[in-house]
Amino acid sequence: MTSSWTSSGSSPNAAEGQRATIRPRLRLSTGVGADALTEPTCSPTPTGAQVVFRAEQLAVSYGAKRAVEDINIDIHRNEATAFIGPSGCGKTTVLRCLNRMNDSIPTFALDGKLLYHGHDLYGPHVNRVEVRRRIGMVFQKPNPFPKSIFDNVAWAPRNLGMKDDLGGRVERALRAAALWDEVKDRLRASALGLSGGQQQRLCIARAVAIEPDVLLLDEPASALDPIATASIEDLIHRLKDRYTIVIVTHNMQQAMRVADRTAFFSLDEHRVGTLIEYDRTETIFSRPADPRTRDYITGRFG
Amino acid sequence: MPVRLLSARVSSLASFPQLSNRRQLERLNRLDARAGSALRWLALFGGAAVFLALMAIVYQVISGASLALSRYGISFVGRRQWSPAVGRFGALALLYGTLVTSVCSVAVATVLGVAIGLFLSLMAPRRVAAVVGPLVEMLAAIPSVVLGLVGIYLIAPFVLNNIEAPLHSVLGFIPLFGPPGTVGNSDFTASLVLVIMVVPIIAALSRDVFLTVPSELREGAEALGATRLEVIRGAVLSTTHSGVIAACMLGFGRAIGEAIAVTQVIGNITQISHNLFAPGDTLGSLIANQFLTPVSALHTASMFYLALVLLVLELATMLLARYVSRHFGSRR
Amino acid sequence: MNVHASPDPAHALTPSGNLRRRMVTSRAVVAVTVLAAALAVSVLFIIVYFVAQRGASQISVAFFIRQLPLVSYGKVTGGIGPAIAGSVEIVLLSTLIALPAGVLTAIYLTEFAGARVAAPIQTALELLAGLPTIIAGIFVAGLLVAHYGQSAYAAGLALSIVQVPLIARTSIESIRRVPASLREAADALGIARWRTITGVVLPTAAGGIVTATILAIARAAGETAPVLFTSSAFGTPYQLNPNQQVPNLPVEIYNLANSLNPTAVSDAWGAAFLLICLILLANIGARLWLRRSERKRGL
Ligand SMILES: Nc1ncnc2c1ncn2[C@@H]1O[C@H](COP(=O)(O)OP(=O)(O)O)[C@@H](O)[C@H]1O
Ligand SMILES: [Mg+2]
Repeated sequence: MTSSWTSSGSSPNAAEGQRATIRPRLRLSTGVGADALTEPTCSPTPTGAQVVFRAEQLAVSYGAKRAVEDINIDIHRNEATAFIGPSGCGKTTVLRCLNRMNDSIPTFALDGKLLYHGHDLYGPHVNRVEVRRRIGMVFQKPNPFPKSIFDNVAWAPRNLGMKDDLGGRVERALRAAALWDEVKDRLRASALGLSGGQQQRLCIARAVAIEPDVLLLDEPASALDPIATASIEDLIHRLKDRYTIVIVTHNMQQAMRVADRTAFFSLDEHRVGTLIEYDRTETIFSRPADPRTRDYITGRFG
Repeated sequence: MPVRLLSARVSSLASFPQLSNRRQLERLNRLDARAGSALRWLALFGGAAVFLALMAIVYQVISGASLALSRYGISFVGRRQWSPAVGRFGALALLYGTLVTSVCSVAVATVLGVAIGLFLSLMAPRRVAAVVGPLVEMLAAIPSVVLGLVGIYLIAPFVLNNIEAPLHSVLGFIPLFGPPGTVGNSDFTASLVLVIMVVPIIAALSRDVFLTVPSELREGAEALGATRLEVIRGAVLSTTHSGVIAACMLGFGRAIGEAIAVTQVIGNITQISHNLFAPGDTLGSLIANQFLTPVSALHTASMFYLALVLLVLELATMLLARYVSRHFGSRR
Repeated sequence: MNVHASPDPAHALTPSGNLRRRMVTSRAVVAVTVLAAALAVSVLFIIVYFVAQRGASQISVAFFIRQLPLVSYGKVTGGIGPAIAGSVEIVLLSTLIALPAGVLTAIYLTEFAGARVAAPIQTALELLAGLPTIIAGIFVAGLLVAHYGQSAYAAGLALSIVQVPLIARTSIESIRRVPASLREAADALGIARWRTITGVVLPTAAGGIVTATILAIARAAGETAPVLFTSSAFGTPYQLNPNQQVPNLPVEIYNLANSLNPTAVSDAWGAAFLLICLILLANIGARLWLRRSERKRGL
């Protein structure tokens, strides 16, 4: 179904879940034929060469209210990382810090350090628009523009001046979001006529159309029925080879199904959100180190 | 807390009919029924009065114009000459003056008003918007006679001394910016005064429209790496353009209907001149200027006819604005 | 070849690609909106300053009490006492008509009318709100003045046409904002409809209705067009008989402004200053009142 991003949309009838055919897209600046997975590109940090985000003692307050604190986490390239935990523990807050979506909240204040590929995300010369161009986001509630399906996807590429082969770009994005077959005959129809699940996949297509580096997903399936949820999860599986994905979910099965690593957030003794445990997903769900994590995943909490 | 206060009010009402005596209770029920229907009729009377007032206005304006209507028929609208002294009347020059001043002022006021609406709804921090918004609205509260006074003694001289000649020398190739006048009373000055009246209307209405755009839509655009301008164009204006058009039409309705401030600064000469710097007249300004000193019954009737033309124009504008905002309204 | 590949992660988070250019246009537009707002506010201040500069020096007790010199308008400035008194009278008359009419209309539209009856009344209300005020004046001139001559009653009626839509529309809004739960609570207790309206709905909406009335009074006090043909007395002594024309502030300003006598013009500025102060204070007061009453209701 999804053809390789680099070969322009060839095999429309390929079976779903053909993950092996997807290769991360190539950065032309680094030369042809190189595979991004094997390339030592992304991180200047000494530890693992693949760290996209690094939070050090990250803490967020809204006015006098401290929302989260003590967050230390490394998010790795081309992996899906899940944030789980009871509601109100700051998952959305942390996620929205990653592309500076919180900046528009007047009371928002951030402490600690947040690095993106080694750059200080909240540094003095950081341009927010540039940050969001590189780090896309899909929201809990589908929010397509009241425009046609085509224009929804083409809107951001047009802004960015990606004018050549716009039709091909839109098609590839819709294929990547597993929506192409459903909408290819009505690209000019209003996006608001789509079902909730289709709208959410359109929002994902809209985000991947400008080829960001990272995709942030805030409970993307929470408003959807099980079938639409399954197709979104499927999609995340296929996208994570190409993008770094961070997904917030309160559904543990979902985390188990899609995520390589899982971060468990909860409220600490002062009722402030914090990161309790972060590890490979199998480890979190089979041998959690912290009793609070164990209580949560066995359903004794939340 | 306040809700509890109100519930107390509700229950105090409820305790009122708790009477043991059956006769008393019946009397109370009868009273309730009677008072209820009285209130209903009273309210209907109020509502009907509003509707009838509008009908009466239309009727009165038509009947006041009957002499001119039977004399000229519809051709009145196409007649150019308005000379009370010789008893010739026509609406064309006044219609022209009304449309020129209104179109010019609304064109400028749309740019300013929509910009202010954007500022108040999307740019300004809440505290700033909470101060600037009411200040802009207060501009609309200045009485037109005061604005006209300022127009006579501040704006007209300013236009005469500082604007007419430079505009003529730079944009003189456009017929609108012809040779400067001698007093400053002109279509141009009237338009400027109208801009001051219309801007707050368009600003307030368009701000309210912009505030209805869900923040999710704006965030969706921001998350795609859009600049502020692109967010405005893609997520705000594209979903609200019908509301903005309706706001501009309401501003236009305000501009065509203003009589007093315009009559104070327009020069009151009934003529059609392509030159904005020449004096002119509008439907409203002529009525304000001549209604108290008619020279004949036909003169009075012709002014009612002008009022009729203005009324038709106004009602058409308002109904169109309503239609636009309802039928092309948000496709959400 | 695609020049718009994913941005190089090693690149600092400063504008890449066409972003620098886009930021420039975007910031320019933001600057325009700020300038437009600043322009509007400065125009307000310039107008108020200009009126104050010329009018404030007139303000004195004598100016508020005395009348304009009758015949020769020499160097003596007059006073606007009769005009103030007359304005109070006609605005009072107008509000006496418009307040009940507006509130009753609002009650009818929100509490009683079915959709089919409500629609034409609602439309009429919207059209009246946009009615050119000079047409309100010429309407009453044809209806009353042509038969009975000018009077304070005629002026009051003309002004009430301006006031009714202002009062009705705001009242409708504040009645609609009365929480449905209150009404349901009253219904559940079996309270008669009229008791709910007069005992619960109207008191709860009172803040909005009072605000609307203050704003409508401020508006009527400054309207010239409706009173110009209905009560155009100018320069007369105190005159409060409602069957006759009464002097009033807007008409006084309108006539003094057109006079060529500088002393008369300075009286116009004095009257304009008074009017503008009253109207702006009423606007500020009404806003504060509304904010207070909404806070009290927990809105
Ligand atoms: N805009 C805001 N202003 C004030 N407090 C907020 C805001 N957004 C979130 N919070 C608070 O921050 C905490 C974390 O919220 P959130 O990140 O939405 O949690 P989650 O996504 O895990 O449910 C909550 O206590 C919430 O009330
Ligand atoms: Mg959340």
